[in-house]
Amino acid sequence: MTGDRSRLTMILLMAPLLIWLTALIFIPHAEMFLVSMREKVGVRQYEFGFANYATFFNEPLYWNTFVRTALMSVAATALTLVIGFPVAYYIAKMTRGRSKTILFLLCLIPFWVSELVRTYGWMILLRESGLFSGLLQYVGLASQPIEFLYNDAAIMVGLVYTSMLFMVVPLVTTLDSLDDSMIEAGYDLGGTGVSIWREIVIPHAMPGIVSGCIVVFMLSLGNYLTPILLGGKDSLWFTGLIYTQFITRFNWEQGAAFGFLLLALSSFIVWAGLKLSGQTLSRTMGR
Amino acid sequence: MKKFTLAASLFAGAIVLALPAKAETLRLLTWGGYAPDNVIELFEKETGHKVEVTLSNNEEMIAKLRATGGGGFDLAQPSQDRIAGAQAEFDIYKPIDLSKIDASLFIDSMLESTKANTTLDGAVYGVPHVWGTDGLVLNTAQAGMVKDYIDLCSDAVAGKVSYRLKRPTLIAFAFSMDMDPFAAYGDQAKYEEILSKVEAKLVECKKNVKTYWGGGDEITNLLRSGEVIAAMAWDTGGWKLNAENPDITFVAPSSGALGWVDTFALPKRGRADEAAYAWINFVMRPDIAAMITAAAGNFTASKGGDAGVDEALKARYQASFPPEAIENINWYPPVPAGLETLEGAVLDRVNAAN
Repeated sequence: MTGDRSRLTMILLMAPLLIWLTALIFIPHAEMFLVSMREKVGVRQYEFGFANYATFFNEPLYWNTFVRTALMSVAATALTLVIGFPVAYYIAKMTRGRSKTILFLLCLIPFWVSELVRTYGWMILLRESGLFSGLLQYVGLASQPIEFLYNDAAIMVGLVYTSMLFMVVPLVTTLDSLDDSMIEAGYDLGGTGVSIWREIVIPHAMPGIVSGCIVVFMLSLGNYLTPILLGGKDSLWFTGLIYTQFITRFNWEQGAAFGFLLLALSSFIVWAGLKLSGQTLSRTMGR
Repeated sequence: MKKFTLAASLFAGAIVLALPAKAETLRLLTWGGYAPDNVIELFEKETGHKVEVTLSNNEEMIAKLRATGGGGFDLAQPSQDRIAGAQAEFDIYKPIDLSKIDASLFIDSMLESTKANTTLDGAVYGVPHVWGTDGLVLNTAQAGMVKDYIDLCSDAVAGKVSYRLKRPTLIAFAFSMDMDPFAAYGDQAKYEEILSKVEAKLVECKKNVKTYWGGGDEITNLLRSGEVIAAMAWDTGGWKLNAENPDITFVAPSSGALGWVDTFALPKRGRADEAAYAWINFVMRPDIAAMITAAAGNFTASKGGDAGVDEALKARYQASFPPEAIENINWYPPVPAGLETLEGAVLDRVNAAN
């Protein structure tokens, strides 16, 4: 009797999650998959087939963009880690009490406005008639306006800025749990700064690094606004291609196929990243 | 039983009679400036219907209506050339009941040509509202040498050019390169040949482009700040800037401006047809049409609607369009279904070129 009741409780507790997963994740994806398997043969006529996936592999443009998006996302993730790690270390280990809260808040504040506003902020800074260009001219380092926008570097700046918080938070959490006495012990045992980082700090922070990297990578790969607005005419981003297929080309079949390819790509890269770093998903996400 | 039927029909009759008086909510899918607040206020006061506005563009309108099978909105305003093809492909509109429209409010020639262009299987799907053109918006002090779309690729304006990466640009460059894309609409091989020439030109021209603009505000900003001095853009944007800076204005290119007409079309599953027809007949009144022209910057298909328009705008319009330039306008014919796939591939390749 009690067994039945606890099972019922269990089912009831699980129900919201299951309904959520089925209605909002599983069903739409299944539907989208079916759409991606439709080949258009004429006006309002469709056949079942792989043509949309074949298009992707036959047109160099599409997989070039695909690879480019993946590589730039990996680079953005690495850059975010390099910039975010010292910040997180400083917040977690060098500050105490109020100043810690304040520093954490400073990282958080940019995220109180929407991504669109943040991106426009960067556009105001980087554009030809913008702040940086004006400043350089004022100081005398440039004789004419300089365009910083509409190139890959601008995209990179935007991506790193947008995802910084998602790297810093998990890093601060894991670094917080590292007992200071372990670092002291490392010094006592004759370790140098470098060897302590390599053998104590980084191994301890590894789950944080990996989960931060996964989140930042996913956010960059799936980002739409930042590459389109900051990249201008050279912004080739795979999400942009998906948008065009759906909205301006009315080609939902192709767009759906692209969407699934992007899903496969991100899953593969995350899997490869976990394998390379020797981590498992349950270990990194469970902490 | 008979009594019951009688009662039921009386009841049904009462509902039908009550319907026109019932206030509906009109969900309008339109462009910026086509439904200004002052017009909505007057309409709500006069008819009792409520209006909810959603701003969009041609592609998004079709995509939105397609996603819901023509639901979610009661009146949409796509361009006339994008109706028949979208209807054939996705079945998202319902025919317009012309008896509910006051034809005397419309400029006859525009009404007739829009009806002809939006007819599919004998049913009419659109009536005209606002018209305007795509052409060149130039800072004449610095880019006075640009006379046609193709001059946007000249060295004199290198790095200070902008246009959209959309189908109007393909059409414009084709005309500018002495080809007639509209004549080739029905001939796929010919059209592909034209597209491949335009593609080569646009790839070559890419180094001149500062960025491809997306929205009206974006190109206005680029021109205003002087970061762009020559652009392919809408006439109204050029006139708006002309009011701020007399150097910047809209110029009809020598190969002809591209003329578009935005229409009224009824989404298939719209629920407030009564309010939709009321809105159409309301905004086509000359006095209301003048208010919309003031807000949108473009003229309407309303008969006499240009009479109440501000003199400054009229002067700008006449400066940009001497009579021969009006004759020279290339009006978009309906886009055959499927053509956009070809154009899409070209646009993608241009986007990817270095």
